[in-house]
Amino acid sequence: MGTNLTIGKAINAGLRAAMEHDPKVLVMGEDVGRLGGVFRVTDGLHKDFGADRVIDTPLAESGIVGTAIGMALRGYRPVVEIQFDGFFFPAANQTFTQLAKMRRRSAGKLSMPLVMRIPYGGGIGAVEHHSESPEAYFQHTAGLRVVSVANPEDAYWMIQQAIRSDDPVIFLEPKRRYYEKAEVDTEASLQEVTPLNSARIARSGTDCTLLAYGPMVKTALQAAEADTDHSIEVIDVRSLSPVDYDTINASVKRTGRLVIAHEATLTGGPGAEIAARVTEECFYHLESPVIRVAAFDTPYPQSRLEEYYLPDLDRVLDGVDRAFAY
Amino acid sequence: MSDTAAHEEPELIQLLTPEGELKEHPDYPLDISAEEIRALYRDLVLVRRVDSEAVSLQRQGELGLWASLLGQEAAQIGSGRALRDKDMAFPSYREHGVAWCRGIEPKELLGMFRGVTNGGWDPHEQGFHLYTIVIGSQTLHATGYAMGVQRDGAVGEDGTAVISYFGDGATSQGDTNEAFNFASVNNAPVVFFCQNNQWAISEPLERQARVPIYRRAAGFGFPGVRVDGNDVLACLAVTRAALDNARSGNGPTLVEAFTYRMGAHTTNDDPTRYRDAAELDEWKAKDPILRVRRYLELNGLADEAFFTAIDEEADKVGERVRTECRSMPDPEPLDIFHEVYAEPNVHIDRQRSEFADYLASFEDAGAEGGR
Ligand SMILES: Cc1ncc(C[n+]2csc(CCOP(=O)(O)OP(=O)(O)O)c2C)c(N)n1
Ligand SMILES: [Mg+2]
Repeated sequence: MGTNLTIGKAINAGLRAAMEHDPKVLVMGEDVGRLGGVFRVTDGLHKDFGADRVIDTPLAESGIVGTAIGMALRGYRPVVEIQFDGFFFPAANQTFTQLAKMRRRSAGKLSMPLVMRIPYGGGIGAVEHHSESPEAYFQHTAGLRVVSVANPEDAYWMIQQAIRSDDPVIFLEPKRRYYEKAEVDTEASLQEVTPLNSARIARSGTDCTLLAYGPMVKTALQAAEADTDHSIEVIDVRSLSPVDYDTINASVKRTGRLVIAHEATLTGGPGAEIAARVTEECFYHLESPVIRVAAFDTPYPQSRLEEYYLPDLDRVLDGVDRAFAY
Repeated sequence: MSDTAAHEEPELIQLLTPEGELKEHPDYPLDISAEEIRALYRDLVLVRRVDSEAVSLQRQGELGLWASLLGQEAAQIGSGRALRDKDMAFPSYREHGVAWCRGIEPKELLGMFRGVTNGGWDPHEQGFHLYTIVIGSQTLHATGYAMGVQRDGAVGEDGTAVISYFGDGATSQGDTNEAFNFASVNNAPVVFFCQNNQWAISEPLERQARVPIYRRAAGFGFPGVRVDGNDVLACLAVTRAALDNARSGNGPTLVEAFTYRMGAHTTNDDPTRYRDAAELDEWKAKDPILRVRRYLELNGLADEAFFTAIDEEADKVGERVRTECRSMPDPEPLDIFHEVYAEPNVHIDRQRSEFADYLASFEDAGAEGGR
């Protein structure tokens, strides 16, 4: 049985299911209570679960993540919302020096079942600091799990899987896709659905593997449709840490080509890491170098230029063409 | 948890009542001419007009967003007019009135919200730093700048002062509290000007503070004062005194301008989801512009012709803002690569030239009727 939900509403429904399942699950952040968050992802939770479980915090990201760590130490499972990608940075210290290392430092005696939800990425015509793609910082940090959703079904299930995880999960929500709608099978069980760490083949193909996550999955699928000369396989990588190389490598070994698309900047981006690894592990199967299509190595530009800055359908197709030039 | 601290009535410095009556305050004598008050009235009316035009322009799709200053005009014009040319201001993102006082053209502000620039003006030239969106960051910049002023020997008689603007919500940030401490420890010539407009998006003041904001200063070791933020004369007098203290070497002051955000947080926000209309009505009675008009009228310091002239000027400003905004061109795509580094950067240069070729390939294809 399915329900038609947007990505935003699916996360909301997933949060609700997790809160109903486990009284230790809390939601914390700026404007997440009465307002339901600036994107309304926590809409209705304050009303139904009360102010003790849905906390409108003071305006301080380090405070939010730091106190959520404390809550986790006390046995709670906090889900914190960072209002926009660009406002994660005040919480960087708590995240990188404390959250990520707690389990290892305590020789496994302490768990950090904390989820950090971050609406991320560009394309909404916003002012500065509202369109960042900071995933590489998280992927680079040992101790964090990093995932991103691309459709309502995953949004509904992955948020619940993230909350069940005893490791901290950075949960990246593609804000320009919040309103994308699809059927969600809410009757399945957490055990049945695709595991949180696994990539998903979003479209099968034989000539080239096109890898994306979050907001770029839709663009990748459009590119695959648009390229009538080649049969393109699209992988929604879903988890950036750990990365599901079993699925990716198997695909690349079949197609012989890999193009990686993301909104994050090129240098040191997730694509660089995946390209290096796939090159090591699939060297003899590759017909061309791994191609990356990413944002330029500049600060996110003023919004009137974002259509040029973000990899779009044409830039992805150009990347695919480059892969076939070999 | 006790509510006592939060509920003790703090003193509010007020020189002009909502009814338009002038009051004296022993600590803040204000020597001001009728002409200067008329000039303040003009400022207030014109920035309100710039602001309301911007809101309409956003509705028409000409701006991506706008953060309205509606209700906060007096706090901004009063404090902005207290600044001297060589003083330096560090705004957040709502300080359109202060920008006005610093001679920033409205179109420069609109450009940022239209998405054609991330800044625009020259902060050094204007004595007005770029808008800062990441809450609280600029309070530290102001403090460091003030420490620089100190080291330049520019504190003392006829010294330079620095002011930092921020909101009630910003007082929760670590950066803001660190700025208070750095300023205190260094006796820096900086004024912290907090516009307490009672809301941080949907969160009311109680979510940020259990004591009146101005009292925070005491814990850091410098004076704090609460001023009626809808009273342009009190804001002028109190800020002037705080700036003079700073410039003459007496260190920082926290000014809490007690005011109200009459509009939505930004054009994206819907305040009916979280606050009562009754609250708004209460504050409408304390309107910052109305009281100045009442004062001028009650005392026969301005006639009908004066008010009509100002309204006509506002209409002209509004028209100018509309035309300038609509005619603001989009930047060239290759602008993306400008000014990333001071020195030539091979990496950026390469991406720029590759992207230029890529864009040109469409033009070629277009010329051939392709793709
Ligand atoms: C570090 C950071 N976190 C979150 C935000 C999102 N945000 C923008 S304005 C705002 C509320 C600010 O309230 P306040 O400081 O009272 O200023 P006001 O908007 O009322 O002028 C928030 C949470 C931000 N800009 N920066
Ligand atoms: Mg506020």
